[in-house]
Amino acid sequence: MAKQYETVIGLEVHVELATKTKIFCGCSTAFGGRPNTHTCPVCTGMPGSLPVLNKQVVEYAVAVGLATNCTITQYCKFDRKNYFYPDNPQNYQISQLYLPICRNGSVEIEVAGEDGNAYTKPVRIHEIHMEEDAGKLVHDDWEDCTLVDYNRSGVPLIEIVSEPDMRSAEEVIAYLEKLRLLIQYLGASDCKLQEGSMRADVNLSVREVGAEKFGTRTEMKNLNSFKAIARAIQGERERQIDLLEAGKEVIQETRRWDDNKEYSYAMRSKEDAQDYRYFPDPDLVPVYISDEWLDSIRSRQPEFRTEKMKRYKEEYDIPEYDIDIITGSKHLADIFEASVALGSQPKKVSNWLMVETMRLLKEKEMEPEDIRFSPEHLSRLIALVDGKVINSSVAKEVFQVMFEEDVDPEQYVEEKGLKTVNDEGALRKVVEEVIAANSQSVEDYHNGKEKAIGFLVGQTMKAMKGKADPASVNQMLKELL
Amino acid sequence: MDILSLTAVELAKAIREGKTTSVEATQAVLDKIAASEDTYHCYVTVEREKALQQAAEVQKKIEAGELTGPLAGVPFAIKDNMCTEGTLTTCSSKILENFIPTFSAEAVLNLEKAGVVILGKTNMDEFAMGSTTETSYYGVTKNPRNPEHVPGGSSGGSAAAVAAQECFAALGSDTGGSIRQPASYCGVVGMKPTYGTVSRYGLIAYGSSLDQIGPLTKDVTDCATVLEAITSHDPKDSTSMKREDTDFTSALVADVKGMKIGIPRDYFGEGLDPEVRDAVLAAAEVLKAQGAEVEEFDLSLVDYAIPTYYTIAAAEASSNLERFDGVKYGYRAQDAEDLHTMYKRSRSQGFGPEVKRRIMLGSFVLSSGYYDAYYLKALRVKALIKKAFDEAFAKYDVILGPVAPTTAPKLGSSLADPIKMYLGDIYTISINLAGLPGISVPCGTDSKGLPIGMQLIGDCFKEKTLIRAAYTYEQRR
Amino acid sequence: MANVISDETIEYVGILAKLELSEEEKEAAKKDMGRMLDYIDKLSELDTTGVEPMSHVFPVQNVFREDVVTNGDESEQTLANAPGEKDNMFVVPKTFD
Repeated sequence: MAKQYETVIGLEVHVELATKTKIFCGCSTAFGGRPNTHTCPVCTGMPGSLPVLNKQVVEYAVAVGLATNCTITQYCKFDRKNYFYPDNPQNYQISQLYLPICRNGSVEIEVAGEDGNAYTKPVRIHEIHMEEDAGKLVHDDWEDCTLVDYNRSGVPLIEIVSEPDMRSAEEVIAYLEKLRLLIQYLGASDCKLQEGSMRADVNLSVREVGAEKFGTRTEMKNLNSFKAIARAIQGERERQIDLLEAGKEVIQETRRWDDNKEYSYAMRSKEDAQDYRYFPDPDLVPVYISDEWLDSIRSRQPEFRTEKMKRYKEEYDIPEYDIDIITGSKHLADIFEASVALGSQPKKVSNWLMVETMRLLKEKEMEPEDIRFSPEHLSRLIALVDGKVINSSVAKEVFQVMFEEDVDPEQYVEEKGLKTVNDEGALRKVVEEVIAANSQSVEDYHNGKEKAIGFLVGQTMKAMKGKADPASVNQMLKELL
Repeated sequence: MDILSLTAVELAKAIREGKTTSVEATQAVLDKIAASEDTYHCYVTVEREKALQQAAEVQKKIEAGELTGPLAGVPFAIKDNMCTEGTLTTCSSKILENFIPTFSAEAVLNLEKAGVVILGKTNMDEFAMGSTTETSYYGVTKNPRNPEHVPGGSSGGSAAAVAAQECFAALGSDTGGSIRQPASYCGVVGMKPTYGTVSRYGLIAYGSSLDQIGPLTKDVTDCATVLEAITSHDPKDSTSMKREDTDFTSALVADVKGMKIGIPRDYFGEGLDPEVRDAVLAAAEVLKAQGAEVEEFDLSLVDYAIPTYYTIAAAEASSNLERFDGVKYGYRAQDAEDLHTMYKRSRSQGFGPEVKRRIMLGSFVLSSGYYDAYYLKALRVKALIKKAFDEAFAKYDVILGPVAPTTAPKLGSSLADPIKMYLGDIYTISINLAGLPGISVPCGTDSKGLPIGMQLIGDCFKEKTLIRAAYTYEQRR
Repeated sequence: MANVISDETIEYVGILAKLELSEEEKEAAKKDMGRMLDYIDKLSELDTTGVEPMSHVFPVQNVFREDVVTNGDESEQTLANAPGEKDNMFVVPKTFD
């Protein structure tokens, strides 16, 4: 019988923090812009430049540490990690090895399970450390060279290193989702895998089921979607099992996942000694996080998802399914709460989010974090419907525009003349015309064909260019017939 | 009036009083440079036109009453490891042969605020690694007191420029003695302030935890005045200290009554030239005659300072010098097809032998398996050395000793044996490890006429005590 | 000489430090490094048990910047000394295979 293998996975997750400036200089962290326009002597490694730590980076790192149940290292330091690569202008990265800011945490993940057997399990966090991001390398095909842009150089990162506690791609994704949500709730990062503000390196080994010792692990990089991560885990598991089955050894190395070819390639070369010669950075002084500072960060921690779900259940009369979806995104929950605070009925807000919003997100392949319409505008839209100023189909049209451009629905309805005609005289006139012009349907109705009235309502709505309340139309038709 | 023989403070006074002008002084010193550079080679770069233009601007401001400070109008030289916006800054290395900084070091900006004129950039040991200014890619500097001898290093160009009257004062940097030792060899005053006193922003790093910028001057008054001008708390340098007591010129008082001076026996043992010993002990007698209490004591761990220093400095240097890779600035080897060959060739062709030696050593002591045994061990010994000084300063206000075991050696006699050269740093190096201030004051000459320097070492932040002692000696010798 | 530096070590350190040494330089480096390490080994005479490694001489902590953008577009200065420049970026030999 073939041997059974277990996959053992640990993750190194890099998260770009949502600070306005870089970790060691006053350059903007804004995305985009011409190459090297967000640079200065510090983040380009000019001779004589020196780093000064951005306080907000420490605050965010501590907040994430507290949210993941870590012990905060109240006296922590920065170390230099030395390696030559052109995206790293000093040829050392300022990071933390000896005294990382957070240690010994854990998060509870919820996994759907293979045959619907959902379970929860803890994933331990070994440490979280602060470090600087590298610049961007662009390949120039024309001249067969590489171009370097340091706009991202020095953007603050935290690296969250887990213990090898995960056993499947499903668990890995549940863990990443959990981290992403916690960090988004903290406002410490937007955690977008595609844009690189959240990146995961996968450490993976296999061992025979029941074995006590871990197998030799490899580290996989370049995984920029949940799907790529799942495929990479499957691919690397198979590659390692094939090696073992063939009596070969797995080599401890860093591999680059090629998602198109669905295969990982060794990145090691003779010039990569992987000996980083870490030592404390003499240009930076230690960080001491006093009890008072720690308490003040703790007191500012937001309400996290579990607490939010509980409160929604108690405060709002909306289905559990809705609560699950809404709290599944900090941004969605923020919109929900703000709209309710503006006086909109929770059930109605939830409906807009669950139905129209979800439909448009799916259609446009967007994440809830990308939603741009404001709670004020959603509230106003709901009020317009409630006040019968517009009917629900007009509302859907307006919502679509709002979703795309965040227009003010009141203004938009006014400008486009979308208000429901509530003038009874005007409506009566149109209804009379419709009755006169559709004698066949009128006759059908009188002959007991209830459906015929639907056609007449439709005709009336059409004649009024949709700006009527269908219920009122229906009622008036019945009256006049 | 012989302008060139004036001290910086005297010159500024003469300019303020209208007896001369900044332009006249600048022209005089530029003429002197033109006449004697062929012999001494103190400078890598002289900015003739810029200096004259700056002097004219400064002169206008002095006349308009906008610049009234004690250094306004005085021509200065800057060691070539401090960034100067728009002026070539090479660290005396080929790897920076074309590097023109886009900003100036904070210390240089502070001098410019004080109204000084920058003449140019002085020669040095490549990346400040050396004790003779012979490791410069741009040729050796010669000692103005005797051109067959070295000026010392690494700030040899700055010390020689002051001694040769090719400037009125200069800035140097001191990682293991690089201001004090050339000051001693050239017969000028040189001071390394307490770590963190002068901003390191814009100083091209060698050993970041040890580097400090300081003055090289004709006398103690100039030294205190320049130090006062360049001291600042700089938010751009995380290791810059907030200090209150920076009115250093207020310590220019000839009075050492009751001052407790300790003479470490360990500084007068084997290897010390008897002529140097006698001159330094004679200087101690002068201070004693002025009322200082002088006694000998045992400062332990002296023999361990050099290995500790070379481990820490080489480790930091190996990392600090990684940025010189041919990517962003400086020399790039043109014949390399792939990235790593480009790195290796640019660096191998761009750095000289002493720099390579220290980078190799530094990379090794930090490498996997050796970090604890070498680097951490050195940091532990550093802590012990600091403690030994703390204990000494519990008893003494000042520690007095020689700057270097000998006077300036002959050109070409030092580089062959690196360890022997490193041993020459024995009296200066531990001061950097402990972050202390130290000053080198001329205290005579040997039988060959070469200058001898006395070193005064103070507790952290006690520059004023040093200045008072040095000034007293200078006035009363 | 107690410390004998092998060819492999010199080769390895050359990779770490990105230095390419000639045969002659390698021999000199082996000798120099061996002698320096012999000298540094002197430190092992000292008992440093319980002594904390000292990185900074002063116990200064918590030197921070506030999170406020202070720098504008400095790309011209950034690229002023570039040995190779194209499209506002630094040019290096290709890093991708």
